Amino acid sequence: MSNVLLKVEHLKQYFKLDRKSKVKAVDDVSFDIYEGETFGLVGESGSGKTTIGRSIIRLYDITGGNVTFEGKQASGKLKKEERASIARNMQMIFQDPMACLNPRMNIRDIVAEGIDIHKLAKTKEERDEMVYAILAKVGLAREHAGRYPHEFSGGQRQRIGIARALITNPKLVICDEPISALDVSIQSQVVNLLKKLQKELGLTYLFIAHDLSMVRYISDRIAVMHKGKIVELADAEELYNNPLHPYTRSLMSAIPTPDPKSEKQRARFAYDPSQHDYTTDEPKMREIRPKHFIYCNEKEFQAYQTEIA
Amino acid sequence: MKETVLSVKNLTVSFKTHGGMVQAVRDVSFDLYQGETLAIVGESGSGKSVTSKSIMGLLSPNAVIEKGEILYNGTNLLKLSENDFSKYRGADIAMVFQDPMTSLNPVMTIGDQISESLINNLKYTKEQAKARSLELISLVGIDSPEKRFKQYPHQFSGGMRQRIVIAIALSCNPKILICDEPTTALDVTTQAQILELIKDLQQHFGVSVIFITHDLGVVANMSDRVGVMYAGKIVEIGTVEDVYYDPRHPYTWGLLASIPAFQAKGVELYAIPGAPPQMINPPKGDAFSLRSDWSMKVDFVHQPPMFKISETHSAATWLLHPNAPKVDRPAQLQERINVLMRMHEGGKNE
Ligand SMILES: Nc1ncnc2c1ncn2[C@@H]1O[C@H](COP(=O)(O)OP(=O)(O)OP(=O)(O)O)[C@@H](O)[C@H]1O
Ligand SMILES: Nc1ncnc2c1ncn2[C@@H]1O[C@H](COP(=O)(O)OP(=O)(O)OP(=O)(O)O)[C@@H](O)[C@H]1O
Ligand SMILES: [Mg+2]
Ligand SMILES: [Mg+2]
Repeated sequence: MSNVLLKVEHLKQYFKLDRKSKVKAVDDVSFDIYEGETFGLVGESGSGKTTIGRSIIRLYDITGGNVTFEGKQASGKLKKEERASIARNMQMIFQDPMACLNPRMNIRDIVAEGIDIHKLAKTKEERDEMVYAILAKVGLAREHAGRYPHEFSGGQRQRIGIARALITNPKLVICDEPISALDVSIQSQVVNLLKKLQKELGLTYLFIAHDLSMVRYISDRIAVMHKGKIVELADAEELYNNPLHPYTRSLMSAIPTPDPKSEKQRARFAYDPSQHDYTTDEPKMREIRPKHFIYCNEKEFQAYQTEIA
Repeated sequence: MKETVLSVKNLTVSFKTHGGMVQAVRDVSFDLYQGETLAIVGESGSGKSVTSKSIMGLLSPNAVIEKGEILYNGTNLLKLSENDFSKYRGADIAMVFQDPMTSLNPVMTIGDQISESLINNLKYTKEQAKARSLELISLVGIDSPEKRFKQYPHQFSGGMRQRIVIAIALSCNPKILICDEPTTALDVTTQAQILELIKDLQQHFGVSVIFITHDLGVVANMSDRVGVMYAGKIVEIGTVEDVYYDPRHPYTWGLLASIPAFQAKGVELYAIPGAPPQMINPPKGDAFSLRSDWSMKVDFVHQPPMFKISETHSAATWLLHPNAPKVDRPAQLQERINVLMRMHEGGKNE
């Protein structure tokens, strides 16, 4: 078993809407990410996936809980060097490659931003060499360095986004729907690239996505989110073959598969949260099988156990 | 024999731009049958929306219709004046777009927007229109229609807005409904609800649907037939069974093979190499030949015609020419098809 790289404990991220109301975007979420693995995060729009990613890389002051990275405190008040080390070691790749690339900067400067911030190069030559090396890694040529974002296709822009994230040699990369905006024919190119880089550089991924079949393919373990909470967490194959939480089941039943004959018979079932009675018997994450966790109360836990027996 | 409700013949549309003429749709022909759902798939820029906008008479001013006709009830829609076209739009042919916000007016109540279409197209009185609007709001699965009637678009979720757009599209009992990526902006659960709604309404009203998407799972779920577009052309068309279980065009192979749905872990995903072509100077011959592992000399020179494979299935690739060498589909894809076929065969015997 490899080491825990990132530990998230009881993470809460609330947003104030006005003086009276707030959104519990992430509400008491805990999970570990192991070194070298891909941890998938799925769930419907608004369930809190992006907020988890952004809270981990310290874009927000978290409302509650604790994050540790490589065994060291990574949330709350930190010293300047500690903050810089986290910024270098955790990077994020976004859904819309264009939105995060400054249109007036050329590719060299966009990719080198991490080098400049963290002073990773002593000379201009060293900086250029680092940029060329990472461009080659993501399948772009050094000739591309002088060009501007609008001169690239969507798939190429996402490669630039990846190069920019990897330039600081991070350990953890948070991929927030990195392929959703890309064309089907380009999506697999980018996924293959992410997989290749993971192997070569020993990267760990937190992979956020809507497309459940892609998440299954790319992830080692998957957490399913619903309204700010993780409701189920298991190995990818285990989750797909034996989903237990009614929300996970509903989500799986909604995925269309490219097989007309089975599609014409597929029955979808809806999730009704009112089926849970949490008034006295309180829910929490419980391990139903080795490494397979479900958010449930004691009574439900017993029922799940009978079901899988 | 199936009744044809709409016939697109040799449609060719270009756009005047600074860089030159963009050849967006190149010689596209297909029939839409009564009561069916015909899906159109293809990557970004392949000409799906331009095809549907041509049918709706909604092309932008820089568009040039170079050739072709769109026959509806014996009328060539492309020859109509804007004034005459507006009699068909909404009433006979209606459209649902990807982003519901672009088709809804943010400062007008939902009720007024549905009523407006009824008053304009069907000459309803205000009271009749209100009664029918309330029915339509319930019909698309939204509760408390009286309350919702008075609300504005921003008070609805994305999925609910799309339901309203569908209600407006169906308000005048169109014969043809064109859905251009109606669920792309929605999450899977909401997407499933909207797809079910469209299918239910189709059965209820007997409309014929053209469904544009790039999600091959959605196509398998929704449609009877599917046309695959690449670089402004339909390169393969057939029943969904034809195209999913017996695909013939290398581009269709690439599209189907790159779906991760049945892909074993650890095996690289199949990826179509390269990027879609520039449509100002589209490649000569078979536009996909530059990205295809199966190209022959002829592909770079001559446009392949549509070869008929069966009564329902055709594809435009020289591989179907009697003199072409016999080639295999990508191994991963063939294996998946075999697995699916065995699974369905097995199901029959049970
Ligand atoms: N900065 C913010 N201020 C207020 N509310 C926010 C903020 N960011 C997110 N939220 C709210 O928190 C909830 C979770 O949002 P989040 O973006 O994390 O969802 P998501 O799971 O990433 O959804 P999607 O799949 O649509 O990207 C939503 O209700 C959202 O409206
Ligand atoms: N008004 C316009 N002016 C110039 N070119 C246009 C115009 N509208 C569309 N095009 C071009 O026509 C081609 C086909 O566009 P179309 O919108 O039909 O693609 P699509 O298949 O619907 O793609 P997507 O999946 O991205 O919606 C593209 O190359 C596009 O850039
Ligand atoms: Mg998000
Ligand atoms: Mg389009």
